[in-house]
Amino acid sequence: MDDHLTVAPTGAAIGTYPVNLRINGQPHRFEVEAWVTLLDLLRERAGLTGSKKGCDHGQCGACTVLVGGKRINSCLTLAVMQNGKDITTVEGLADGTRLHPLQQAFIEHDAFQCGYCTPGQLCSAVGLMNEGEANTVAEVRELMSGNVCRCGAYPGIVAAVTEVMGLPERKDNPDRPYLPGTVPA
Amino acid sequence: MNPITYVEAADVAGALGHQHISGRAFIAGGTNLIDLMKEQVMRPSTLVDINGLRLDTIEPSASGGLLLGATARNADTACHPLVRDGYPLLTAAILAGASPQIRNMASNGGNLLQRTRCHYFYDLATACNKRDPGSGCAAIGGLTRQHAILGASAHCIATHPSDMCVALAALEAVVHVRSGEGARQIAFADFHRLPEDHPERDTTLAPGELITHIELPPAAQFAAHSAYLKFRDRASYAFALVSVAAMLDVGDDGVVRDARLALGGVAHKPWRAPLAEAALIGRRAGPETFAHAAELLLSGARGQGDNDFKITMARRAVIRALEQALEGTHDNSHEFAGKEPL
Repeated sequence: MDDHLTVAPTGAAIGTYPVNLRINGQPHRFEVEAWVTLLDLLRERAGLTGSKKGCDHGQCGACTVLVGGKRINSCLTLAVMQNGKDITTVEGLADGTRLHPLQQAFIEHDAFQCGYCTPGQLCSAVGLMNEGEANTVAEVRELMSGNVCRCGAYPGIVAAVTEVMGLPERKDNPDRPYLPGTVPA
Repeated sequence: MNPITYVEAADVAGALGHQHISGRAFIAGGTNLIDLMKEQVMRPSTLVDINGLRLDTIEPSASGGLLLGATARNADTACHPLVRDGYPLLTAAILAGASPQIRNMASNGGNLLQRTRCHYFYDLATACNKRDPGSGCAAIGGLTRQHAILGASAHCIATHPSDMCVALAALEAVVHVRSGEGARQIAFADFHRLPEDHPERDTTLAPGELITHIELPPAAQFAAHSAYLKFRDRASYAFALVSVAAMLDVGDDGVVRDARLALGGVAHKPWRAPLAEAALIGRRAGPETFAHAAELLLSGARGQGDNDFKITMARRAVIRALEQALEGTHDNSHEFAGKEPL
């Protein structure tokens, strides 16, 4: 995004704002312009490039991070608006060299191909588990719909998330109507 | 994004105090405003952050309804026990919109104020009376799959994108606003407007006015019979082609005592028609009554070409939503179940 290069009107000084964040357990202090998104701060100022800029419009979910344990699109919020908050990115999910159970499950279930959406998928899945609203495989599918995977790894992603959540495996159900147009996963 | 100044307001008076600044915009969730700023469709000079105003509560109102804070998040609103139990239609509508991430960020006040997703509104290279008054409307005669079939004008055929607002229209919510001049309340039907010859005005909110709360009147009579039915191009995370909020109060004799119907995705505002609801009341609930109400609700509908199908789709959706409401409280779990293949 070239937006950082936007020149201020002549004579106007570009003000910066102090932003204190706790990122993956570590306190950080930044001085940023008001228009810097949380995603750009993480990637370009904090050096945490795990969160991806896919669409930059909140449509793909690749930028998903956790703020206070809740999943959000970091491309759709300004860093100054998050001052004082506790941020978790994909870099903060593992415990040292021990992978987060979701990360391990993603590997075991072949839940990615190119991997570009994976950081967002992982943070989104952690947020999903924190919310506690998904009780079935179908609800996992619906409540992961804010994360797009162009490789089409959805079956593996759903399998990984549901396994870690301890949800019963989906079984064929003759009572359940098949809905034309849906993609089996 | 253009250079902007950022101010955090500590209270309502502080937020309203910045209204003399030209190009001032309030920001709460920012999910729509920041996107539009990136596209240069909206170019505020100063953002006044209203998240510190303590308007994020959901609590019973004095009149026995519910008061939703303007900065309460859509997700927190949808999942609040008082909303889930008393207003299942609102929960269903909110959960049918956007994604979990966006619902975690988006505020209730902001949901009301979100702009149309008309492609031409977003595309600076095309004419749009909503973005640039007087420039024309490139949507008319263009790609119109998402556009209005009701209440459009020769200047704008955009639709309001919200799901939440369709439920709020059916619930006859009241929008509480504050300005330097004091407080006032706006009936939901009067909050959004039709484009007419001023499509740049989405709402009847005056410059400088701030939404503080959205009040839900008591709706216990409808709590057992409601449905939010949404048709879209994807199974999830897409704007409505057509959506229906339906609420029924049905007696033991099967006669409709009261009814509410609102359509989404078809007009510049959630669409209601008093005649359609009147045609349900006092009649026996059933296919013929529902079909008649659907005819009346779609009365005057006109397609733009690509979206002609919406007229038939909306008519059928109204009938199906009323059938679902008659059965009971239709929430999104049915949608989830339907989506799971064999």
